[in-house]
Amino acid sequence: MKQLPDGRFVDETPWSDDADLSAPERSDMDAPNWLLVWRKFRRHRLGLISGLFLLICYLILPIAGFIAPYTANERSAEYLYAPPQSINLWHEGQFIGPYVYPTTATADLENFRWTYETDTTRPMPLQFFCEGAEYRLLGFIPSDTHLFCAPEGATIFLWGSDRLGRDVFSRILYGAQLSLTVGLIGITVSFALGIFFGAIAGYFGGKTDWFINRVIEVLRSLPELPLWLALSAAVPSNWGPVAVFFIISIILGILDWPGLARAVRSKFLSLREEEYVRAAEMMGAKPGRVIRRHLLPNFMSHLIASATLSIPAMILGETALSFLGLGLRAPAVSWGVMLNDAQNLASIEIYPWTAIPMLPIIFVVLAFNFLGDGLRASLDPYKS
Amino acid sequence: MMFLRYAIYRFITMLLTLWVVSIMIFVIINLPPGDYLSNQIAELRATGQAEGVAKAEFLRVEYALDRPIWEQYLIWVGMAPGPQGWYGLIQGNFGWSFEFDRPVSEIVGDALWLTVLVNLAAVLFVYLVALPLGVLAAAKSETWVDYSAAFVGYLGLATPNFLLALMLFYYGNKYFDLPIGGLMDPRFEGAPMSWEKVRSVLIHLIVPTFVIGTSGAAAMMQRLRANMLDELGKPYVETAKAKGLAPSKLLAKYPLRMAFNPFVADIGNLLPAMISGSVLVSVVLGLQTIGPSLLTALKSQDQFLAGFILMFVALLTLIGTMVSDLLLVLLDPRIRYGARAA
Repeated sequence: MKQLPDGRFVDETPWSDDADLSAPERSDMDAPNWLLVWRKFRRHRLGLISGLFLLICYLILPIAGFIAPYTANERSAEYLYAPPQSINLWHEGQFIGPYVYPTTATADLENFRWTYETDTTRPMPLQFFCEGAEYRLLGFIPSDTHLFCAPEGATIFLWGSDRLGRDVFSRILYGAQLSLTVGLIGITVSFALGIFFGAIAGYFGGKTDWFINRVIEVLRSLPELPLWLALSAAVPSNWGPVAVFFIISIILGILDWPGLARAVRSKFLSLREEEYVRAAEMMGAKPGRVIRRHLLPNFMSHLIASATLSIPAMILGETALSFLGLGLRAPAVSWGVMLNDAQNLASIEIYPWTAIPMLPIIFVVLAFNFLGDGLRASLDPYKS
Repeated sequence: MMFLRYAIYRFITMLLTLWVVSIMIFVIINLPPGDYLSNQIAELRATGQAEGVAKAEFLRVEYALDRPIWEQYLIWVGMAPGPQGWYGLIQGNFGWSFEFDRPVSEIVGDALWLTVLVNLAAVLFVYLVALPLGVLAAAKSETWVDYSAAFVGYLGLATPNFLLALMLFYYGNKYFDLPIGGLMDPRFEGAPMSWEKVRSVLIHLIVPTFVIGTSGAAAMMQRLRANMLDELGKPYVETAKAKGLAPSKLLAKYPLRMAFNPFVADIGNLLPAMISGSVLVSVVLGLQTIGPSLLTALKSQDQFLAGFILMFVALLTLIGTMVSDLLLVLLDPRIRYGARAA
């Protein structure tokens, strides 16, 4: 590229008749679909940020034990309902790195509550990569190294401690492991059911279609929560936390599929008349193959976007069930189980930090909503 | 005439749906192994109280719990004669609550009306809030009005109902002196209707209505805004503008009417979620609706009580959906009778 004295730009490479004039445009038109979607999605600022936020959240899950200074059910009996502590860097004008002040609890026998006094004369630097209680990294590697922990004789309750003296911050990290995966398992169940029933209803039509449609209508017209409650009340109370967790996620998914099935069905109704479907059928493809190879890929991306939008409902559902005591139960830690502690006004008034688990819920649910909106808006890259 | 025929058709489909729902509910409440009475009998035997066993055994036979499950269902609904003859839900007998040792109808009693009242108030709230906000957000789209409405809407969608309830209660009481808990002042409970009682109920309704309605209002507002924006881009709006119609009149005259139909119909889609919400919120706020009874009944396997409450909640939803369908047909002459929206 050369600039002429009069300001114009001229390409120095000699002109050739073979050059493809549409090449610059073609690079756009030949780009694979996902690239176009990505380009469009990238401009959806809120969706992008939400996606990144969720990605970080899910990446933290397997290493939650490493990041949390305490383990989920580790108790500090001396520190019940301890208020949040801050990490400071400067002490009396001098930089000494991250440290905390030690606190001591005294029982206030007049108001029947614990009061905490902070000893601001003795800064105690935090320890990094220190040894603490044992946990399992990625769920199976035993380890006792924590990213940071409290120095001997002090505590590090970033978001306070709860009724039994357990660290709220650590419990939120552990709780995320269940609360965030409940939605994923639930959506998988709902996805599988929705696609299966929607596909056979839309593809075969006739009586199958009529029957599935009635089932969808009945399920959609029912209030979800009472049914969730009834179903989870049927879970035997002697089951272990893991079994309860799986059954709860499945219960959440079982009532969610009708919306998805309806979308799949209406797509199938219009797509099954397409020429390529007839061509595939004439070449002897079985219905299963036509559905899987020819029809579903057409709108898989749309389904994923709508699935993203229904994950929040499941996360909120799990929270509500656990909050009411019919979902996950005590040794298991989830955000709903934690909020169970904040059930009465007294604890919100006196110990407001016990309600902190609501913040991650709100953020995650908002993020899923924004991500879903962004995905839906950018999935059709050819539409301006 | 056509409308009447459609209404009848819609009513019959509702009854059929209700029938299917009753089967589902009966299966669900019978899912836990055993039943309240056999658990009780086992417990009494274990502690050696023989006289209690006889009573429980008697109740078991009396309520046909010793029969096969399909027969139990038919007796419960009232489609087959039980030990006391034809006496089930259809005949107006709601069953017996083993835990409270009283008929279900006595236990739920007033709670039924209060449930209807709370939900009606919430529906009203959704319309009253969503209509002006949605129109405003569309008319002033992409300004701070729009953005703040969207922000509030998103927060409403994302905050768990029960937390919102707790916080509003706390702050409502602290700053506005709103009452905490319940649906009326305790001294009016069981008292005859009076203006004082009505006033007390209305004041107590403020927080629950707000809590139950917020997420619905948020969803509704966004939909109304989207519909309005679609309409506002059409040529007839341009024409009206060019002819010099005042902005407020322009909005109300045409685009709003067009956007209004889906607005009415949507309440049918929102209703299940709202009634779900009302159950949850009632438990948290201690409202005297059927929510708290449902929870205790489910926890203690008090199957007839739980079954009846679930049926009632389903009935409420189905009636609401039917009414919204009928309203839509009345409002929009373009809707073909009997056709279902895809």
